Formats: sequence, structure tokens, C-alpha cells
Amino acid sequence: MAFQPDIGALDDLAEMVRNFSPVGVIDSVIAYEQLTMTVTREAIVDIVRFLRDDPRAAFVNLVDICGVDWPARPERFEVVYHFLSPVQNQRIRLKVTTDERTPVPSLSGLFPAADWYEREAYDLYGILFTDHPDLRRLLTDYGFDGHPLRKDFPLTGFVEVRYDDEAKRVVYEPVRLAQQFRDFDFLSPWEGTEYELPGDEKAKVN
Amino acid sequence: MAEQSVRNFNINFGPQHPAAHGVLRLVLELDGEIVTRVDPHIGLLHRGTEKLIEHKTYLQATPYFDRLDYVAPMNQEHAFVLAAEKLLGVEVPKRAQLIRVLFCEIGRILSHLLNVTTQAMDVGALTPPLWGFEEREKLMMFYERACGARLHANYFRVGGVHQDLPPALIDDIEAFCDPFLKVVDDLDRLITGNRIFRQRNADIGVVTLEECWAWGFSGVMVRGSGAAWDLRKSQPYECYEEMEFDIPIGKNGDCFDRYLIRMEEMRQSVRIMRQAIDKLRVTTGPHMTTDGKVATPPRREMKRSMEALIHHFKLYTEGFHVPEGEIYAAVEAPKGEFGVYLVSDGTNKPYRCKIKAPGFAHLQAMDTMCEGHMLADVAAILGSLDIVFGEVDR
Repeated sequence: MAFQPDIGALDDLAEMVRNFSPVGVIDSVIAYEQLTMTVTREAIVDIVRFLRDDPRAAFVNLVDICGVDWPARPERFEVVYHFLSPVQNQRIRLKVTTDERTPVPSLSGLFPAADWYEREAYDLYGILFTDHPDLRRLLTDYGFDGHPLRKDFPLTGFVEVRYDDEAKRVVYEPVRLAQQFRDFDFLSPWEGTEYELPGDEKAKVN
Repeated sequence: MAEQSVRNFNINFGPQHPAAHGVLRLVLELDGEIVTRVDPHIGLLHRGTEKLIEHKTYLQATPYFDRLDYVAPMNQEHAFVLAAEKLLGVEVPKRAQLIRVLFCEIGRILSHLLNVTTQAMDVGALTPPLWGFEEREKLMMFYERACGARLHANYFRVGGVHQDLPPALIDDIEAFCDPFLKVVDDLDRLITGNRIFRQRNADIGVVTLEECWAWGFSGVMVRGSGAAWDLRKSQPYECYEEMEFDIPIGKNGDCFDRYLIRMEEMRQSVRIMRQAIDKLRVTTGPHMTTDGKVATPPRREMKRSMEALIHHFKLYTEGFHVPEGEIYAAVEAPKGEFGVYLVSDGTNKPYRCKIKAPGFAHLQAMDTMCEGHMLADVAAILGSLDIVFGEVDR
């Protein structure tokens, strides 16, 4: 009996955004009672300003900005924005796609909160933002190299640090694993695997 | 006399400053004793939680949430299990919902006790932490008796909670409520009227409601500025809509109002705990969903039933598969809106799990909140933001 958002109102909201920017909205889905709209990079700032300033929407609270990495896609990154409207008691999720080189317009002109969230997305994914006042790394170490949340970045990383008692300082070294990194494939071999194990060809022979 | 050249002064506040509430490095630019710019450097406690979760099954991912805001561990787990349950479409039994509500409110008291008393310590008082931590210890005993761990509980599971509560524990929690309210009153008498505490907190770190929303604040921060916004009321999850409680709000949006709200919220939490206990006594039934594809079977059954043994093995190795989709689930954690944005690709591991921590948004407003204040107020403002670095750095 949890909170049920009004699906009709979400439909109206999606319709309203589509009317505001017919070319900017690529896709709009309601799944699990949540509205997700994929918009173009060029339109994101205008749409967010509209959503914030229009009293029928009033999405005045920027909840979150994050990246998602889909390496197989031509534009591998998704930037996902979450907004909350305390007046209408609604949430909306906007999505923009981009790649390693194409920058996304920054929202820091509209929401001061976007500052750190975009820095974080830049730090962890290497997503670039135009017009950001201060696009520095945020969470990783000073002088860190790489973008750790990309799918092609290994979980163990490349560099490890320790305190060297002789040099009397912290030294950076390449990661040396005492035991091989264990990444078990727990997916059931009865369904969904695409690799071939030795002997599999026998199953196909009639 | 020759004209003196005046220059601004840069100092480092932290990362090892006791009032920094963890590992925060603030680079402060001072004009005399007035703060002109604050540049928080975070990430000293960054452990890559989100990356780690992408490499673990859903069951293995829950313990990471205890280690975010380690002051109120179960509230964090709650957001994650809610997200996974929504994707799976699992119905949580009533008893499990009540147990979750009960322990979330215990978590809220744990967090507020720590914050209120250490904020008093930041501005010079020593007694409040001693009194408050005694109560925290009792609450952590309840955690321990429910799940075996004082801090890192790993008690909430997708589909319910790991174990049922023994009746004696429910009685003891109820017996805790009344004496605790007296301790809150004692703390109230100790701090609220105190001249120094008022001088240090009233009219310090004022934020208007518009600023709050634009900065992405939530929880006590927006309530302090006058919005009656609480996810437990406005977007109720679990069985909060059956509970009766009030939302305290502030008028001035300063540190003192935020302190008062936290004090009142502790009393309201006790009220919710009492209702949850009353309901728990009459609600029998499973503490975990009976869907064997999601919930692990009880150990007792595992020894007898082949089916249960297979499920047990499969769930603890491969784990359950979550249907493809994306979801944002949020709970009202003690510090504000704690959300989990979960993307599933249909396998047994989350494809992406973004953790939205309330403290992250609060901390980035340090610059605007501190500007024009004295250096000593930085500690008071930081204290009232209720920062825990586990969740800010993730």
C-alpha cells in the first residue's frame, strides 16, 4: 500500500513537455510508475528551465545527476537527471546520451546543486559539461588518472598506495594482487549463456 | 604611519579536525575572522561503493549500505531493498514492514542523538554527548539482538527482514521508550535554554526555502526552512501511512531551528515505535516473503526439504535475477532523502546503482552558507548539516 503516483498526471506532464519542445523529446516512458524522458543534448537546459519555472510542473528540487555507462552503444554514456516537485508531489527522470568527447550543457546555471553532481559524473565517467564553472575531480585522489566507474575500468584499479617506512612518505605503486582476482560467473549454464564450453558441440550434433 | 597591506588568509580546516565530523578538508579563505570562501575537498573516504555493488549480487550488495551512513545503517538498506523489490514485484509481508519501520525509527533516533549531542560539543558543551551516547548504546543493543551486529546490520533483505524478532526484544524496546523520552527532556533542559548554545546557533547558517530546493536539500534542512516535506508523509512507503506522527517544521531556517526539529523528531520516532510495537504484537505471519525464488528458506527447512536446499544453494551462489528496468526509490533517512537509482540488465547483479546521499547535497552548499560568517561558525554550520562521510564520499 505504498504511495501510488498518479499515472494520469504523469501522462499529462509528459504531454506538456512534448508540447513545449517537440523536437527536444526523443522518447518518454512510464515504467514502474515513474516517468522517464529521453531528451536531446541541445534541449536539456530549456526543458529543465521550463520544468522548474512552469507552475504546473514546479520541479524546483534537483535530486540527483548521475552517469550510466553502456559501452556497446554508439553514444556510450547516459546522463540521468532526477527532479522532484514538492508542489505537485511528482518525480521526473530526464536522460541525455553522450560519448567521451561530446560535452553536455551544464545545469549549474539553473541549479547550484548541479555543480558537484556534474563534477562527480566527470570524475567517475569522464563526461564533459560545457559552461561548468569548475569542472575538477571530486571524489578520487588528487592526481588520479582514469574514470573508475566506466565498465572498462577494472574493479581493482591500476594503482595502489602504501606508506613506505624507509622513504617516510606514501608511495604509489602498480596494483599487485596476492591472489588472482576472482570474478565468478554465477549465471546458470542452463539459460542465457553465449559462450561455448569444450564439449558443447556434441550437444548440437544430432 | 605607512599603509598596511591587507591580504586574505587561507587555512585548511581538517582533514583531521574533530569538528569536521570525519575526513573533510575545507579550504577556507578568511578576511580577518570572516569567511569569504569555502572549498570543501571530499573523497578522502571514497571506497568505490557503487563500483563494488556492480560486481556483487543483490544479496551481497546490501551490506555496503550499512557502511554509507554508518550512524543509521538500516535506513540505507531500506532504500536499496525497496528499489529491488519494486523491480521484482515482490510483496513484503505485514510483519516485515512493521519490523522495518520499527528499526528505521531506531536508526533515526541513533542518528539524531549523535548529531544533536555532537553539535553541542562542537560549540563547547561536553555533557550532552555523554548522556546521549548512553542511549545510543542501548539502541545498538537492540540492533545486536535483532541481527547480531551493533552497527553493520545487514538485516533488511529483499522481500523482508532476515530474522523474526523474539518477543522479549519487542518488550524491551517498549520498555525503552518511556525512559528515553525522559532523557530527551533532560537533554532539552540541558541544551535548549543554554545561552552559549543559543548564541552560537540562532541566526547562524540561515537558508531560505527557495535556496533549499535549488541546492537539492532534503530532510531536516528543508523542514528547518519551513516546508512540511517528509517522504514518510508525502510519498509514504512501507506502512508509514498507517502511523500517526507529526512533522515538526522550523521558521527561521537557522542552525537552532534544525536542532529543535531533530529533538522533536526523536519524540515522534518514539511515537511511531510504540505504534509499530502494538501492531507487531497482533500481527503474526512470515517476516519474509514466501516467494522461494527471492527469499532464502529457513535453515531448519533446508535440512529436510530438497526444494529448500536447492533454493538455498542457488540464492547464495547465483542469487536471484532482477528483471530489466530502472527505478529510483527514496526513503526519508534521518539526514534527508536517501535514494537509490537502480538499473538492472536482467542478470543477478545490478548494472548500475547510484546512491543519492542527502549529505552530499548539503555539504556542497557550505560555501554559500558560511559566506560572511565567522570562522568559529563554520563548525556550528557543519554540525547542523549533519554530515557523515561514509555517505558523502561513498
